Amino acid sequence: MSEQPLLEIRNLESFYGPIMAIRGISLSVQKGEIVTVLGANGAGKSTLMKTISGIMDPEKGQVIFEGTEIQGLEPHIIVKKGIVHVPEGREVFPLLTVDENLSLGAYTRKDTAQIAQDREMVFSYFPILAERRNQEAGTLSGGQQQMLAIGRGLMLRPKIMLLDEPSLGLSPLLVQEIFGILKRLNKDEGVTMVLVEQNARVALDLADAGYVMEVGRMVMNDTADKLAASEDIQRFYLGVQDDSQRGERRWKRRKTWR
Amino acid sequence: MEFIQLFVSGLANGSVYGLIALGFVLIYKATEAVNFAQGDFMMFGAFITLWLTNTEYFGISFWLAAPLAMLAMGGLGYLLDVTIIRRMFGQSQTAVVILTIALGFVIRFVAGAIWGHEPQTLESPLAHGDLAVGGVVLGMADVTIIVVTALLTFFLFQFFKRTKLGLAMQASSQNQMAAYYMGIPVKRVQGLIWALSGVVAAVAGILFASKGAIDPNAGLLGIKAFAAAVIGGFGSLPGALVGGLIVGVIEPFAARFLPAGYSQIAPYALLLFVLIFRPHGLFSQVRTKKV
Repeated sequence: MSEQPLLEIRNLESFYGPIMAIRGISLSVQKGEIVTVLGANGAGKSTLMKTISGIMDPEKGQVIFEGTEIQGLEPHIIVKKGIVHVPEGREVFPLLTVDENLSLGAYTRKDTAQIAQDREMVFSYFPILAERRNQEAGTLSGGQQQMLAIGRGLMLRPKIMLLDEPSLGLSPLLVQEIFGILKRLNKDEGVTMVLVEQNARVALDLADAGYVMEVGRMVMNDTADKLAASEDIQRFYLGVQDDSQRGERRWKRRKTWR
Repeated sequence: MEFIQLFVSGLANGSVYGLIALGFVLIYKATEAVNFAQGDFMMFGAFITLWLTNTEYFGISFWLAAPLAMLAMGGLGYLLDVTIIRRMFGQSQTAVVILTIALGFVIRFVAGAIWGHEPQTLESPLAHGDLAVGGVVLGMADVTIIVVTALLTFFLFQFFKRTKLGLAMQASSQNQMAAYYMGIPVKRVQGLIWALSGVVAAVAGILFASKGAIDPNAGLLGIKAFAAAVIGGFGSLPGALVGGLIVGVIEPFAARFLPAGYSQIAPYALLLFVLIFRPHGLFSQVRTKKV
């Protein structure tokens, strides 16, 4: 923790309607890092992402990006600062072409030449998008739409990318492919990422550090390797089962953080 | 011969319906609300033009008055969104519908209070004379209306396809959440869509007034345009125009060939058929989302 983190969250509390979805969360992301947030359905992961990108306003706490507080700002101002949110379930513009979708990713930018270059960069990572560039996005397959959503996010040339469950609804093979591309993007282009996932195995494989979220709280925080090796994570998120001494599984086991 | 004349005058009427329907669809796609005051926007735009042009009022050139009226209606649309419609965010669609119906009443009575309830005629340079092409006599006004509508459609198409703002408008209407994620200032874009539909309404009004007299109740034409929008498929811009043209063309033919009284029913009978056999309209853009 020598240098200032790129993104830091302090004691964030956020409500989803009457429900307190985030109950005091702190998190920090260094430049160039991939940080994953694991958790089951309803843990508050998506709410956390939406609060960072300004879609939702927090009740308390701070979101600090490059040293300035950004919580509660309008989403388009946050996007201009270089934070892009690749939402859960793709959310492409179905009746616009692949090309037009990508153009909208660069909506807040004005440097036309650089944008054209970035479009080529996106096409080099996702060749299938180049092939389908004049096709309506709604006609793409689920995996291709996910690639388009990531590519569209890249068109902002983001300083940090918030990825909300990019593996959702994709075949294991496609998940492997997309996570491979994310790894290359991080290594070659230096894109910092916050990755929210239920698929803990691929997420921990990709990430440098990880947080575990349960019902609105962070319950664990460590490097990805240590998390992957921890017994709790293995049992509850990776599904590893060992035989107990009595030769049968105990039907219920308490998590150590409860 | 008669067939062509009926067809052209039907197309001209239909162009006006189509442009009002376009306004309905623009706003519906962007905000999921139906602006039932769209017909009254049309009437108000026509009256502003008349007010500026006619010699008993300001008497400035029509060619200056028309763009001014378009600008004024654009401003009115934007202001309405910023001051009233935006406050309805999160309310049910019914609330917005009732609000716009009320707005229509307000606009109608304001127009009546300013310009009176008697029909008035716009001193339009578009309305003069007939055009005789090989034995077919066409009203100059009809031909102008069709040409202007075609031009406006072309420009709108280019605007939506080629400009950044046009793309952003399409994006906001297709997936509002994703538009936010892309950094599009969705609220401002929606305000601009209200402005655009105000401008389109003004054009429709000017064309309508070039064809005949207008009075504050002319806005009730909006109901027919609404039917046209539904026939075309609410949510499809080309559909709205084509729906308008279909309704416009059906009317004179029904008036000519059906017993008296049926011509008024014809558009709604068509609406009924479309709703039964193609409930999403003729040109619907319904697509299921992939998971």
